[in-house]
Amino acid sequence: MSWLTPELIDVIVQVLKAIVILLVVVVSGALLSFVERRLLGLWQDRYGPNRVGPFGMFQLGADMLKMFFKEDWTPPFADKPIFTLAPVVAMSSLLIAFAVVPVTPTWGVADLNIGLLFFFAMAGLTVYAVLFAGWSSNNKFALLGSLRASAQTVSYEVFLGLSLMGIVAQVGSFNMRDIVEYQQEHLWFIIPQFLGFATFFIAGVAVTHRHPFDQPEAEQELADGYHIEYAGMKWGMFFVGEYIGIVLISALLTTLFFGGWHGPFLDALPWLSFFWFALKTGFFIMLFILLRASIPRPRYDQVMAFSWKFCLPLTLINLLVTGALVLAAQ
Amino acid sequence: MEFAFYFSSGAAVVATLRVITASNPIHALLYLVVSLLAVAMCFFSLGAPFAGALEIIVYAGAIMVLFVFVVMMLNLGPTTSSQERAWLTPMVWIGPSALSLVLLLQLLWTLFAAPTHAPLALTSVGPKAVGVSLFGPYLLAVELASLLLLAALVAAYHLGRHEAKE
Repeated sequence: MSWLTPELIDVIVQVLKAIVILLVVVVSGALLSFVERRLLGLWQDRYGPNRVGPFGMFQLGADMLKMFFKEDWTPPFADKPIFTLAPVVAMSSLLIAFAVVPVTPTWGVADLNIGLLFFFAMAGLTVYAVLFAGWSSNNKFALLGSLRASAQTVSYEVFLGLSLMGIVAQVGSFNMRDIVEYQQEHLWFIIPQFLGFATFFIAGVAVTHRHPFDQPEAEQELADGYHIEYAGMKWGMFFVGEYIGIVLISALLTTLFFGGWHGPFLDALPWLSFFWFALKTGFFIMLFILLRASIPRPRYDQVMAFSWKFCLPLTLINLLVTGALVLAAQ
Repeated sequence: MEFAFYFSSGAAVVATLRVITASNPIHALLYLVVSLLAVAMCFFSLGAPFAGALEIIVYAGAIMVLFVFVVMMLNLGPTTSSQERAWLTPMVWIGPSALSLVLLLQLLWTLFAAPTHAPLALTSVGPKAVGVSLFGPYLLAVELASLLLLAALVAAYHLGRHEAKE
């Protein structure tokens, strides 16, 4: 066993950890489709899916079987290569961004020095999924949906980045692990960076185009928007991609504003770190679903005006004040 | 690292060639996005991760989205493709290509006649170093660029404003 050097074992362990994290994210994204429907039922005073198995738990299996065996139909008028590429981009870009999230002190895929920027880069690339899906479908409703999505995402990404610059200024690093460590020594960023938290949360909802910002796929006006022509597994990839986006934004909110894996009793029981991380992330996922259950959809021009006239100035003020305080403290 | 550099720069060259030769404008833009991503990978392999990340965020994530947005609005169908194909005849491209080939040969000759033997990826340049040099020796360039952007912003506001009600 001379070829099994310690370095090689280290590489294998890291790769296995990365694969486990990938599987957990994808599986929790798929499970969320069931959890969301049950929770929506609970909050809207109805049952939700409760027929398949105890409490409807096997609904997910039934849905997946349906999706796998549905005909994977590509419309003859579509632009085939781009039509196939779009769902792949939708699912993979946010999944890749999960690589920079530090789950526990020892678990995490990539410890990049530019971790936060890597997330911005991947979030910027997700727009192409919607754009290309809408264009290649050759359908006016799909095109309208993707035009809305691109304008909305570009507007909200402007302050998605700016809202986190206050944190970067305070920590002095783009590295996610540095940010978590800084919160252990000082306050969790939810208190000094509350404006940053509020704007990042709003931008996160808009970038994943979840409910109050789901104008790109508004059923009443656009009959599902950009993925109207998709069926079978290609549609499933859009669907799971959206839930992966929710998991990613929730995990980032936990990491950046709520101390990551930190929590009480960590010295005595180190394995609790994963528990704290999962608990906080789960809380934000619930918040995403509660938003969908309770808030009506605003008009499209209201969404755009809110982004440019309210959130962008707010993040700029936040950044200015944070910069001044950091300078004064030096 | 050397392998990564040559691999990504090869991808960039191929993708850029396809940008020129593709007849469908959306396909050409998709190749341009790939080419920008490949250039970002070149930056990463040369030890400039900050520049690489900014390349993806600014060029691939924002500017190219606007390009695709506008081209989508124009609704260019199969007619544009055939028109492009009609325009790209050998008579049009052979002359400039031959001249460019001469320039490429000259460049290659200069590179191979006096090789510097400098290794790739000498130092890793972090975000702080970039910021210090932007607001140190290059301060004037930054200020001038921001003035230019301000002028563009005022012009865009003027073009986009609604006329006051009479």
